[in-house]
Amino acid sequence: MPEGSAAIVARGLTKVYGRLVAVDHVDLDVGEGEVFALLGPNGAGKTTTVGMLTTLLRPTEGTAIVGGYDVVREPDMVRRVIGVVPQEYTADEDLSGWENLMFMASLYGIPRDEARRRAAELLEMVELSRFARVKVESYSGGMRRRLELAMGLINSPRILFLDEPTLGLDVQTRAAIWSYIRRLKDEYGMTILFTTHYMEEADLYATRIAIMDRGRIVKVGTPRELKDSIGGDVVTLNVDNMAAAKEVLRSAGIDAREYDGSLVFKLRDASTALPEILRALMGSGIQVRRMEVSEPTMDEVYLEYTGRRLRDAQASSEEAFALRATLRRARS
Amino acid sequence: MSSRRYGPLHGIWAVANRELIKWYKVPFIMGISLVQPVLWLALFGKAMNLGNLFTSSSLQIPGLDLPSQVIDELGRDIMLRVFGVTDYFSFLAAGMLSFIVLFMSMNSGMSLIWDRRLGVLNKLLTTPVPRSNLVIGKSVASVIKSLAQASVVLLVAVLLGMRFRAGLSALDFLGTYLALFLLSMGLSSLFLLLALRSTSWESQMMIMNLVNMPLLFTSNSFYPLQMMPWWLRDVAVFNPITYSNEAIRGLLLGVPGVNLYLDFAYLAAFAALFTGLLALMARWMLSR
Repeated sequence: MPEGSAAIVARGLTKVYGRLVAVDHVDLDVGEGEVFALLGPNGAGKTTTVGMLTTLLRPTEGTAIVGGYDVVREPDMVRRVIGVVPQEYTADEDLSGWENLMFMASLYGIPRDEARRRAAELLEMVELSRFARVKVESYSGGMRRRLELAMGLINSPRILFLDEPTLGLDVQTRAAIWSYIRRLKDEYGMTILFTTHYMEEADLYATRIAIMDRGRIVKVGTPRELKDSIGGDVVTLNVDNMAAAKEVLRSAGIDAREYDGSLVFKLRDASTALPEILRALMGSGIQVRRMEVSEPTMDEVYLEYTGRRLRDAQASSEEAFALRATLRRARS
Repeated sequence: MSSRRYGPLHGIWAVANRELIKWYKVPFIMGISLVQPVLWLALFGKAMNLGNLFTSSSLQIPGLDLPSQVIDELGRDIMLRVFGVTDYFSFLAAGMLSFIVLFMSMNSGMSLIWDRRLGVLNKLLTTPVPRSNLVIGKSVASVIKSLAQASVVLLVAVLLGMRFRAGLSALDFLGTYLALFLLSMGLSSLFLLLALRSTSWESQMMIMNLVNMPLLFTSNSFYPLQMMPWWLRDVAVFNPITYSNEAIRGLLLGVPGVNLYLDFAYLAAFAALFTGLLALMARWMLSR
């Protein structure tokens, strides 16, 4: 459950486009200081949800309070306390990184001196100081993402929205982006809501995850809770007497099956439950030669709740991103 | 951060300033947009020297032996009656000021379309700048560019021999700029209005090309209202360019019979109407 007070509260948030229900009665509670992930494939309604929370889209139905303000009735107040890093690259290519940051600062009415200090500090943080005076059109994808991050932080937001912050980046760059986000979080203690279709990202960086599918939130919890919810860790045991071991496990209420010369079973809260099971086995004179505990992956969690694997959805969004990048280039 | 206060004009200058930085970084574009009006001035204005038509050198009617003095006098009289000045070049030069303003202001919508296409607009819409100020800022940038370009055209015209009226004062220039400002504000807002929902720069270009010439030729930029057929005159009296031309000719060239109150009232109404409409429409057309 949320730590501290609520940064984002949504009730029955819905967006309908004609006959398409993009977001379907979404409820959210994100606590102050949380790093909250919306996980789901392309078209699940993540971006639309963020759009409504960031006052870009008007909800068809439902309410949302962001930073204590209603997104429909007090959008201007919401805009003051949030920072947004959209999916697209929004920096002006004809301007330098520095000029982009100064422009953003002026949109927030930040006084010039303060803006200069802040821009320099942010560029330093995302390691773009050397390229501050270079036009954005010559930035690489990773550099652009970092600049977008800096732009979203220029107003020291209390709540930061990141829409697919690592989309279209290679693995190393993705890791780098996340290390910046973590540092920012540590330094400024803001609430972060991000969308992603990378399960590892949600798993690694989020304090809580909401799994979205077809406009609905199908499950919310910490990564741990989500994994536990599908029946615990997977334990593999290699014993000398398979039949006797199975019997002992059955009396403990565990249904183990033989697989490839080993016993395999799901175990809730394995780190505390496993020692007792081992004690019971040894007490019955069974030798445990080898033991392995593995966590279920988020992929299995996702499969459990949506009936689909997330991997299938991944390719299409990468393609869409590449297409947009090409379109941008067509401009010059 | 949330305690920061924002005035009603918050963001207008921030948005305008971005456009202007992009503009003066590329002097090439500045130069390109000057080519057309300067060509009109230098070629058309100089070649179509109507004043010359009515001088003794071109008016030689066999059998009619009028002293050249009389013909010259007659020519001047005709020019004054039709154009209000004796040389056509100055008449045209004044018209070219509105021309360059039209030319520049029409582009106002393009930057909005690009911002929308590239996603920049989505970013801008999450900042505390009111929707109306986002577009008015673009309008303001367009006005500043237009006035800067008009100054260059005015300078070129003077170098090529534009003659002002006797007793010209600084106030006349101030009035000229006011007229151009109002015209530009109205036109910029109009073209931004057309671009509010658009994502297609092709269609915006089409609109620009479509209305460019008609707007120019249904005004008194090239010829005075008196010379027009009645149907064209009926159209021209609605064209704001007619009013800015008239005001500027009255102020700079001393063309008689100009009603400055009417001119400025019309231009002010034009600017206020479209700027107001733009601000109003932006509120709900930019949000989805």
